[in-house]
Amino acid sequence: MNLLHYWRAMSGIIGRELWRFITQRERFISALVRPLIWLFVFAAGFRAALGLAITPPYETYILYEVYITPGLIGMIQLFNGMQSSLSMVYDREMGSMRILMVCPLPRWFLLLSKLLAGTFVSILQVYVFLGIAWFYDIQAPWQGYLWVMPTLMLSGLMLGALGLLLSSFIKQLENFAGVMNFVIFPLFFMSTALYPLWKMKESSALLANLAEYNPFSQAVELIRFALYSQFNHLAFFYTLGAFMVFMAAAIVGYNPSKGMMSKKGGA
Amino acid sequence: MGRSGKTMNINTPSALCIEQLSYAYSGKKALDQVSFTLQPGECTLLLGPNGAGKSTLFSLITRLYDSRDGQISLCGYDIKGQTRLALAKLGVVFQQSTLDMDLTVMQNLLYHTALHGIARKVALPRIQQELERLNMFERRFEKIRQLNGGHRRRVEIARALLHKPALLLLDEPTVGLDVPSRLAIVDYVHQLAVEENLAVLWASHLIDEIFPDDHLVVLHKGCVKAKGTVAEVLTSTDSRSIKEAFYSLTQGADA
Repeated sequence: MNLLHYWRAMSGIIGRELWRFITQRERFISALVRPLIWLFVFAAGFRAALGLAITPPYETYILYEVYITPGLIGMIQLFNGMQSSLSMVYDREMGSMRILMVCPLPRWFLLLSKLLAGTFVSILQVYVFLGIAWFYDIQAPWQGYLWVMPTLMLSGLMLGALGLLLSSFIKQLENFAGVMNFVIFPLFFMSTALYPLWKMKESSALLANLAEYNPFSQAVELIRFALYSQFNHLAFFYTLGAFMVFMAAAIVGYNPSKGMMSKKGGA
Repeated sequence: MGRSGKTMNINTPSALCIEQLSYAYSGKKALDQVSFTLQPGECTLLLGPNGAGKSTLFSLITRLYDSRDGQISLCGYDIKGQTRLALAKLGVVFQQSTLDMDLTVMQNLLYHTALHGIARKVALPRIQQELERLNMFERRFEKIRQLNGGHRRRVEIARALLHKPALLLLDEPTVGLDVPSRLAIVDYVHQLAVEENLAVLWASHLIDEIFPDDHLVVLHKGCVKAKGTVAEVLTSTDSRSIKEAFYSLTQGADA
């Protein structure tokens, strides 16, 4: 029951997740194809429809593709978070989550390790995506690629914790469509991923407000600023706060006496 | 099997001690005042028809659920107050396979030892030892997907023993296996209990998995209907065979 035990367990969990991701080639490709379609097809078509003013962190006029890139990075992490939450529901039904839960470590630590593992996978995906975008002439200053790393960590943890929280509520393995309709689409479309806040205000003040308080928007803005080596304080603290709330709720959700687990049947 | 019972030191705590355990799903009682103990070296079969509460009991012992009424302790450690110390003494084989299909036997086992904080250089010889006992060592680099059901079960049993538990829980481990694989596993686990002085709790509804020296706990509708050695259960139910005893214990309650 020492630190070494914690370290071994965490590296075991992360190593297993990374290995699984690398060996499942279809999962890797589909995780990349989605944002690339948005970038190559949607953004290219949408470019003419939307005029962008110069807003921080941008210092010149930018192409719509450049604007949308942080949003697509967020999308990669959002999908990854939701997918790992679903895989956790699947794992729970199939039992491999049980193997994790009966090992002699505190449950919050196991959940956090699982979350970190998923976040590392999403960061891998993001860098491959940024690499492809580079060749499509979407290039940030090189320092931005370093600064974005810690923000990806935080945004990945926040979105993963949201997924974890959902996974403690989802009773059984349902199809992906439910999560898609009720979580991913609202979070993604009601955010600054696709259009800037000021543009949204022109059409609907309510929508702009919703977008501003959407934690996904704040995560996207954090990434957007970091790509230009800038630190967005509001976005940072908002994302951090959201992470802590989601994580705490997820830990309660997985607590055998308080959470949803106790309400689940299966005798 | 009585051997280990006689040499039991009075100070040695039972491998598993369950006292007055009750559990309900939204008002419906799944377990009602269940009590029994398991000593090291004893192989105990938990018998009961489907829905008797076997899986609920296992979920409570592995602390997937939490019970408000009653107490569970492993080797003297209370599962609620000293969860981690208790869980360290526990090896489990769940009903459904919990192996990673796309990883090799070795990777699956190393993942388990990592979760239990066992250093690699300690883990590797243990893995070799456990796999060799089950004639699986030469298949260690095969993916689980390539193994048949019986072999997958063997890997899971090997895995459950890697951290040297005092109590081995098996939740209907032979479901879906062919007869030779089933018999091999039944024999192996009985042998383990003696050789490793391990307490075994084996949930089953198959009467032919019982050995004459075994202990029994018969569960029906959440209540313990009978417990003790095979002979004791036969005497108390006035039956000539386990089959007869089992039916009289579980059918009678329906009336």
